[in-house]
Amino acid sequence: MREYRNLLIALGVMALLAPLGLYLPQIMKAGAAWGEWGIEEVKRMVGYAPEGMEKTADAWKAPMKDYAPPGEESASSPTRGLYYLLSAFLGIFACGGVAYLLARWLTGRGEPPANRRP
Amino acid sequence: MHIPDGYLGPPTYLAAYAACVPLWGIASRKVRERLDTRRAPLLAISAAFTFLVMLFNVPLPGGSTGHAVGGVLIAIAVGPWGAMLSISIALVIQALLFGDGGVTAIGANCLNIAFVMPFAGYSAYRFLSRAAASEKGRAVAAAIGGWIGINAAAFTTAVMFGIQPLLHTAADGRALYSPYPLTVAVHAMMLQHTIVFGMVEALVTGLVVYSLRQSRSAWILDSTGDGSVR
Repeated sequence: MREYRNLLIALGVMALLAPLGLYLPQIMKAGAAWGEWGIEEVKRMVGYAPEGMEKTADAWKAPMKDYAPPGEESASSPTRGLYYLLSAFLGIFACGGVAYLLARWLTGRGEPPANRRP
Repeated sequence: MHIPDGYLGPPTYLAAYAACVPLWGIASRKVRERLDTRRAPLLAISAAFTFLVMLFNVPLPGGSTGHAVGGVLIAIAVGPWGAMLSISIALVIQALLFGDGGVTAIGANCLNIAFVMPFAGYSAYRFLSRAAASEKGRAVAAAIGGWIGINAAAFTTAVMFGIQPLLHTAADGRALYSPYPLTVAVHAMMLQHTIVFGMVEALVTGLVVYSLRQSRSAWILDSTGDGSVR
């Protein structure tokens, strides 16, 4: 794992800086990304809630919706930043873990690659 | 660029899932054939990296936000099929765990962000880097690839949004899903991505590829450009 050490450190630094991605839009009063508005926002923009959208918008209850625990989406700024930071590390472990297991499972079976290092 | 639940009608999101299944199959086979087991951590690093990049929301003051993806960078590092798998994993986790992007739209988002982006950008990079005489030239090729990749993905995303009113409009003229017509969706998405988010993507891609190659990072598998695993 030694050759990956620098890369892991870089990921850690990125995670520590992640709250910038939460605070900068707040400071500059930027809203949601285009096409990622909540149902209330759509209602305000076009004057009605599209019927199909209303039915499926909440099809899935994500456990950490908007990168915060349930009910904490509108917590105060410092708390929100902390949740965002935790989400960054949670994301590293979840994405890294799943991708690692999948890559191990895929490469660990069948014929070894022809150009495998000796 | 993450399409939420409720914006796409079932025909669109089911078609996108159907298109993704064989692509995920090919990606899995390519990774199995090409990647050394000891290089498995590189896909993990790629998935974690794109997840983190997407947390850095870039504001358009008073307007909307967007972010880079790092999709072309990952394609340059581990190949476009490796990029497809690792970015798909990040998108699935964003949807399931964080509600970023819809669960019904996972196929659509993977098609745009994990397939169109790395392949469009990587093709451009391969084409341009042939003409690049130096490492700086390669970095510029990577940057242009990044810009092209994210804009290609923004375009296909905008088309998915934009065809919804054509497919699903009630008798009273109200949209059932995403309400904005094709011209509005394409215009809005492309304006933001060509000028702002594409530039951020280009900068990240060029600089990171340059420094990875300078430091002979283990992340860059394909240093010779011949597709072999070092």
